[in-house]
Amino acid sequence: MANYGTNEFKGGLKIMLDGDPHAIVSNEFVKPGKGQAFTRTKVRNLKTGRVVERTFKSGDTVESADVMDTKMQFLYGDGEAWHFMDPETFEQLEANETTVADAKLWLLDGADCEVTLYNGQPLAITPPNFVELTITETDPGLRGDTATGGTKPAHMETGAVVKVPLFIEEGEKVRVDTRTGEYVSRVK
Amino acid sequence: MTPWEPRAPLERLRFVASLRAVIRAWMSAENVLEVTTPVLSRAAPADLHLDAFRTAPLPSTPTDDGPSTDGSRWLQTSPEYPMKRLLAAHGVDIHQIAPVFRAGERGARHNPEFTMLEWYRIGMDHNALMDDVAALFETLWRRFDRPWHSPERHGVHDLVNEVLGAGAAATDRGPFLDVVQVRAHFLAEGRSWPASIGDDADAALDLLLDEFVLPRLPRDRLTFLHGWPPSQAALARLGTDAAGRDVAERFEVYMGALEIGNGYHELADADEQRARFEQELARRRAGGRETPPLDEGLLGALAAGLPDCAGVAVGLDRLAMALADVTHIDELIAFPFERA
Repeated sequence: MANYGTNEFKGGLKIMLDGDPHAIVSNEFVKPGKGQAFTRTKVRNLKTGRVVERTFKSGDTVESADVMDTKMQFLYGDGEAWHFMDPETFEQLEANETTVADAKLWLLDGADCEVTLYNGQPLAITPPNFVELTITETDPGLRGDTATGGTKPAHMETGAVVKVPLFIEEGEKVRVDTRTGEYVSRVK
Repeated sequence: MTPWEPRAPLERLRFVASLRAVIRAWMSAENVLEVTTPVLSRAAPADLHLDAFRTAPLPSTPTDDGPSTDGSRWLQTSPEYPMKRLLAAHGVDIHQIAPVFRAGERGARHNPEFTMLEWYRIGMDHNALMDDVAALFETLWRRFDRPWHSPERHGVHDLVNEVLGAGAAATDRGPFLDVVQVRAHFLAEGRSWPASIGDDADAALDLLLDEFVLPRLPRDRLTFLHGWPPSQAALARLGTDAAGRDVAERFEVYMGALEIGNGYHELADADEQRARFEQELARRRAGGRETPPLDEGLLGALAAGLPDCAGVAVGLDRLAMALADVTHIDELIAFPFERA
């Protein structure tokens, strides 16, 4: 397995820390004019999702993590397992609820996802950045209601709840940014 | 593909240009002679934590370097050494605005190629030079319509003791800090501690300052940190502070947590300087790092006699960052390293 030096650190790099695979979220070079250089990082534990800060002395090395992101198609979920397929090899694999985590709130059957594999096993699922979902339930919009900032909660067909503008109605399709969980636009 | 366009907008380039002009006018009014010294040198600093760029061998350049060298040159990490040779030769106040180069230093506050404003004052010590730095900076702050407040001065011992508890910083000879205690403080505060620091008290102090001290410095004014441990003296004299502690006669100047400059009451003892260089080289060798040739020109100048003086190196880009209130050095550089 390869090693990375602190000068190779960048966002997205997958490294092993304390026996778990982590992804570097951000890194900052710190050095007094005449003194020791350090690299301060934020790293996300790919198993737990927890983000922690780690400081390295310049010149430290860390082992790379055998983590690979692959494009896969979401087939279906049965409540216990979520099934994915490699669109090229047709190889299938299943992920449990912990692994799918919040991604399941955005997944429609057939969606293209990014599956993070660690030692060949699914570690995390990243839904597409934008999804188009149908609203299954929302209150009728009231004109002039600004107390809620001009939005109201709407239930999506996948189970997510998204704040949408008051004029959006039940049965309409909307575009949502899965990274922020925010409404983007109405889909005609 | 490198973008061809400059990174900093025109108004920032205008600002940096006028900053240089105001500095030069101040230096001229103070009778501090502007000088130019070589960017390429046959020697480089021995500092453990400075890596100089080096040119490829230049066989076509006639040199008298001798048969053991290949004619390559080192790019200066600061103009300090040749400026001290001028001080030894002529004994007048001098300044320089020069490009300097430090390999491996890149981040929001670092560009491997940057600009140094360096000046030396005959007859001053580090305390008088702090006043001199404050006088120039006050001129700049007022000229660029930034609110000016009187700078603060703090001893490193006192700030360390504020974080770790009274008596943590050593008050007499011996190690400045107990690394075990610093590490315990980091762990108790839930902070990350790189195991590779080992028993390196200087690295421990650097990280302690960065993590716990600098973030508490006032953001609206300069802070001078003085009373550095003798192990971090570099090219400064050793002395004692008001409490009788051994210290390096050195200061660093900060705006908030942003380090802007580093000043010394200059060491004039050639033997002492050579011994410190040799010690740093030994640490570099032990770490498997390149060991550049010592600057015999500087050591010769010290042996011939350096007048009692103090000097300061100010990162001009950092100074501009503080004045313009920007957080990334690239915002003030036409072509940062990746576009160069």
